[in-house]
Amino acid sequence: MKNKLNCTQQVLAWAGGLIVFNVIYLAFRLWFAYFLIGVLVNFILIVILADQGAKLVPTHRRHTYERALAVLFPVLLLLGWEATVNAGILNPRWFPPPSKILSALWDITISYDKFNKTSLLGRPWLIPEVYANKGFEGVKALFEESHLWATLYRVFVGFIIGSVPGILLGVVMGMSRAVRAMLDSILSAVYVLPKIAIFPIMMLVFADPFGEGPKIAVIAISAFFLVTINTMAGVAGVDPVYLEAGRNYGANPWQMFRHVIIPGALPVIFSGLRLALGTALIVVVAIEFVRARKGIGFLTLYYWEVMVPEKMYAGLVLVMLLGVILTAGLQWFESLVMPWQRGRSTNN
Amino acid sequence: MTKKIVAENVCKMFTSTNGPIYAVKDFNLTVDEGRFVSIVGPSGCGKSTFLRMLAGLIRPSSGKIVITPGADPHKPLNNVVFQEYAIFPWKTVLDNVAFGLQMRGVPLKERKAIALDWIERVGLAKFANYYPHQISGGMKQRVSIARALANDPEVLLMDEPLGALDAQTRNILQEQLLKIWEETRKTVIYITHSIEEAVLLSDQVILMTAHPGTYKTSFDITIPRPRDLKTTGTPEFAALSYAIWESLRSEVVAAMEAQS
Repeated sequence: MKNKLNCTQQVLAWAGGLIVFNVIYLAFRLWFAYFLIGVLVNFILIVILADQGAKLVPTHRRHTYERALAVLFPVLLLLGWEATVNAGILNPRWFPPPSKILSALWDITISYDKFNKTSLLGRPWLIPEVYANKGFEGVKALFEESHLWATLYRVFVGFIIGSVPGILLGVVMGMSRAVRAMLDSILSAVYVLPKIAIFPIMMLVFADPFGEGPKIAVIAISAFFLVTINTMAGVAGVDPVYLEAGRNYGANPWQMFRHVIIPGALPVIFSGLRLALGTALIVVVAIEFVRARKGIGFLTLYYWEVMVPEKMYAGLVLVMLLGVILTAGLQWFESLVMPWQRGRSTNN
Repeated sequence: MTKKIVAENVCKMFTSTNGPIYAVKDFNLTVDEGRFVSIVGPSGCGKSTFLRMLAGLIRPSSGKIVITPGADPHKPLNNVVFQEYAIFPWKTVLDNVAFGLQMRGVPLKERKAIALDWIERVGLAKFANYYPHQISGGMKQRVSIARALANDPEVLLMDEPLGALDAQTRNILQEQLLKIWEETRKTVIYITHSIEEAVLLSDQVILMTAHPGTYKTSFDITIPRPRDLKTTGTPEFAALSYAIWESLRSEVVAAMEAQS
């Protein structure tokens, strides 16, 4: 009981320190001169407070407490951002407040850019009307004006075109030491090459240098190498005892492949796919910065060119959302393909 | 009695920097049909290597191994129960047990019925649709045993199947093995380093020497069946176990000295 009292006192002391520090900082207008020091001290005090506060929470509530921290701290950060901008400490030209970014996001979602002839989602609310007047062609045109659709299409098609052959080659390399010896050095050499660097070559190779071909090709190639290397490692790393069991129970080469090698390698293949998806997102934004008339990357860079920072930030939020949604989709697919992995991480 | 397994002058040689090393040398073995034979020896004496040669997983350097096929040519010659279970984590208990049948092209309905029967016989009826990571080590090994028995091989090869289990789980599985074997009377080669386990389960216990691994001597276990854990309390059991230990002790000491 006495111990608990001490803890309470300590937490109150730290909280008091936090308040006193901020009052002094505000009263003496120190935020303008020593902004980073203010942020750092606040951060340290909040960290200590959260850590000490955990001791007051009963064990069975710990989980809830951690959940609350996980939600509250980011919210606090956003509020702090908003407040510092409104107080004139941060320049809104470079750091527009979150509320403005949110409204900018809403703005680009519902508006149509007449200059670029684009919109974010392709104005889906127009679909019924356009379909009635111009039929299927009209709906297609709506899709073609969409930034989100353009980026999604490039990532998705590039990812599939790169991953499927990557898995096939990776399996062959994993199973045959000869093929592995033959290709390993080439693969490692190309692996370290930043894939965006081959974009100019792809623009030469394809008939339409400014079309979708070179963009999708670069995304496909960057996915291909990651997936190949991971698949190879996964296949080569299947525990030999499973191969022996497969052989001893009479599996022919195809059955071996289907029932032992592929399922055994799947976890590593999927970690390759996750990496490839992340890389595909990086590459697609980079390509859209360099040469595109549509896409989230283009959108972000365009609002830099016309100097609308909150819309630039909205572009970043969109890329993040895209990453989260695509990763979740891949995870869903993973649990569909590998039912035996479900709930495994929580059990172990 | 037909001779089910004949091994003649089987050698397995590995090359090392100090010249060739014999893991198994001039090993001879004849096992009649329907006998439960254990091979006991100090660790590193090549007993697992010999079993893997019987299973066809590795080739002997010289000598010959013959397993006589039965009347049904579709039946597999041997199946192994591995020490590390080697049941597939990506298949349910049911699919694991049905694996051998599936590889042989037995239709789904039939193989499912056979597999379910064996799952029930090893006491896992409730767990048929579980994945291996959801069940305990002792249950995994029962799945592995059921997988071998469901495939109905001519010869069952067991490589220290209970070696990784705790003593109590091991006792339960020994009793289950006894019961199942006494019902099926399959030809079994059983590798173990536990003398008591060998005496309890077997009709014959073969001792191996270490470095090189070869045949030393053999004991017939005439304790009447059916046996269970109570058998381990009989004077007969104690006398046999001790006699085997007497014979094995010098080999274990030699093996320890060779390693140090």
